[in-house]
Amino acid sequence: MTDRLPSKLRDEIERHAGHPESLIHVLRKVQETAGFISPESEGYVADRLGVSIAHVHGVVTFYHLFYTTPRGRHTVRLCQGTACHVGGADRIRTALEMRLGIAPGETTDDLAATLETVACLGACALSPVMVVDGTYHGLLTPDKAVAIVDRTLKESE
Amino acid sequence: MSERITTRAELDALKEANLARIAAVEQRITVCNGTGCQACGGVEVRNALIDAIEARGHSHRVAVMPTGCQGYCQRGPLVVVEPAAVFYHGVKPEDAARIVSATIENGELVEDLLLEDPVTGERIPQRDDIRFYTGQQRIVFALNGKIDPTSIGDYIAHDGYQALAKALLDMEPEEIVDEVLQSGLRGRGGAGFPTGRKWQFTRDASGRIKYVVCNADEGDPGAFMDRSLIEATPHAVLEGMLIAARAIGASDAHIYVRAEYPLAVEHIRKAIDDARELGFVGENVLDTDFSIDVHTMEGAGAFVCGEETALLQSIEGKRGMPRPRPPFPAQSGLWSCPTNLNNVETYANVPPIVLRGADWYAGIGTETSKGTKIFSLTGKVANNGLVEVPMGTTLRHIIFEVGGGMRDGREFKAAQLGGPSGGCLPAELLDVPIDYESLGEHGAIMGSGGVIVLDDTACMVSVARYFLDFTASESCGKCLPCRVGIPAMRDILVRITEGEGELEDLDRLRELAKLVKSSALCGLGQTAPNPVLSTLRYFEDEYRAHIVDGICPSGVCEALARPYAIDPDACKACDQCAKACPTGAAHGTPGEPPYTIDDALCIRCGACFKACPFEAVTRGAAA
Repeated sequence: MTDRLPSKLRDEIERHAGHPESLIHVLRKVQETAGFISPESEGYVADRLGVSIAHVHGVVTFYHLFYTTPRGRHTVRLCQGTACHVGGADRIRTALEMRLGIAPGETTDDLAATLETVACLGACALSPVMVVDGTYHGLLTPDKAVAIVDRTLKESE
Repeated sequence: MSERITTRAELDALKEANLARIAAVEQRITVCNGTGCQACGGVEVRNALIDAIEARGHSHRVAVMPTGCQGYCQRGPLVVVEPAAVFYHGVKPEDAARIVSATIENGELVEDLLLEDPVTGERIPQRDDIRFYTGQQRIVFALNGKIDPTSIGDYIAHDGYQALAKALLDMEPEEIVDEVLQSGLRGRGGAGFPTGRKWQFTRDASGRIKYVVCNADEGDPGAFMDRSLIEATPHAVLEGMLIAARAIGASDAHIYVRAEYPLAVEHIRKAIDDARELGFVGENVLDTDFSIDVHTMEGAGAFVCGEETALLQSIEGKRGMPRPRPPFPAQSGLWSCPTNLNNVETYANVPPIVLRGADWYAGIGTETSKGTKIFSLTGKVANNGLVEVPMGTTLRHIIFEVGGGMRDGREFKAAQLGGPSGGCLPAELLDVPIDYESLGEHGAIMGSGGVIVLDDTACMVSVARYFLDFTASESCGKCLPCRVGIPAMRDILVRITEGEGELEDLDRLRELAKLVKSSALCGLGQTAPNPVLSTLRYFEDEYRAHIVDGICPSGVCEALARPYAIDPDACKACDQCAKACPTGAAHGTPGEPPYTIDDALCIRCGACFKACPFEAVTRGAAA
């Protein structure tokens, strides 16, 4: 089952063999390659780093940035920080939920997009803020946010 | 690229060489490329300026320099033309040609890109005349906007690594600890523990291997000074860590950065690589017996990892859960070795202290809190951004002088300080000098320095609920008071905001808050009730209005807001409200404004309010 992991990734994991402290780094690499962390990957990583599968699964589920299900091709991360909150992030969330037809934490059926909320993106002076595929967009309104998502989805068609 | 630096003379020579390199450029256009300005197109502006300079044949005498965050993020992208310090804001790529032909070639101003004073309405040509900057005293932020964060040469030209040289060549480790102790520097991450004492404890702890760790897991919603510091002056943070390592006798250092800060990660990694190349990181730094290695680690999204013992767990590759103290990390930290852990801003304060002396530093601030503090000023204030002021400055100065007052002329209601561990201070406290002690006395904390300004449209019960939603979802679940107590408090707040509250709930909240504060395992749990306690202390009448009168005075809580109405002037008859309305209360004819809301049918669900793209739906308190 492990041959499903690309050899480059296996090489990277091998560099950390026997080093439990590298677990978070290794999981990040797995996710970068595979998009999410499958039970098979958890088992493989546990074996190579010399920790239990339970430990690996515990870490995966503890941190918000590790996913156990496939993600969309595009990721929309909407800030829910205090400044964004008082600036109307709720209305933007509703608009994005309606546009994508999913709730935060979910992925559209066609795997086009994942909607996430994040506690604070640290760009509070531009609140409300969201990050689409790594690009920051600030001073949002519901319309502006939906237009950005529309544009992103359209470009990849 | 460069030779290893092994003596002070070589460092001085490198400084001179870099000063000469900088002086050779007649004019310099700095473009803010912090995360904030990148979000509004700062990179495109920089590229357009480079193209324009090339097209007009000025490349040999005019440089375009990307800088780290300059702190005035709301006005980005920021462009400053040096040496005249002409300040342009909100610059677009298409403005590049105008800036080059007017300002660079003819020394003229591009009027429409100048900042307008929010009070007088006058255009301000020079950065140094802008109140947002003149009201500040920038020590830690001194180089933000003045150097290219990815250039170690720029940093060295501005006395970079001179403090490290002084610490290694002129001072004994004990003297460094003593200097920091005398300076009165206290931790900038939250609790305000004296930094020098922490260093002393770690230095005195027995153990062959010791660690220095930098907490850059800035998780408080509303705080972004640490991101800005690492993005803009990564070498200053690194230099502070290296000095700390020398002082406590560590040979290994770790920086734990939030994964949500990719640019910060990139800049600190580049800084470490460049410092290694010049020999500031590595074996026998400056030919002394001091050797150090520095590692970076990205977090994986867990607020609790900002707590020191949790952060150390995370570096070890485990779930980031706090453990009881003592033993403190100074005795038993990373891999059970003595570990000194400070936050980004704390380390960035160290080089100026070493270079200019404890006495100079101790002369700034108040009796118990020395130096400056960076606040991230956001919310309903005219100027949003990062503000560095001496300890003891009043909230009024920060909000009404530097911040330019309230946005849209609304009324100040409260300032939320210190994030989820902090509290809301009302207008009566605007003139209290801010330091660690005064904030604690009034129910807030310094925390990491987030200041979120709330106006009369904010509902204080909802604000408390917001923070408890946050801490409830971020609780690691290890200790019961936090795992169960905070959601219990949150549930009470939800009840109140939904119109189901009873007066006994106020006592229940106070009782639960006392329990959680006294029994939670870590600092995050112990301080989580603060937003509730401070709003109860200063805004109890608002809680009572929700419970007794059944209204939310600011109209935020949907169940208690009434009545909903549509502003006939703003309505465009787009039909969105009618589509969203589940009861048919919002109605009208598409294309024929205005729509109206039938109050008899309205169930106050707020769907129309959220659906309206023109903000035409209003909700007010009961008459």
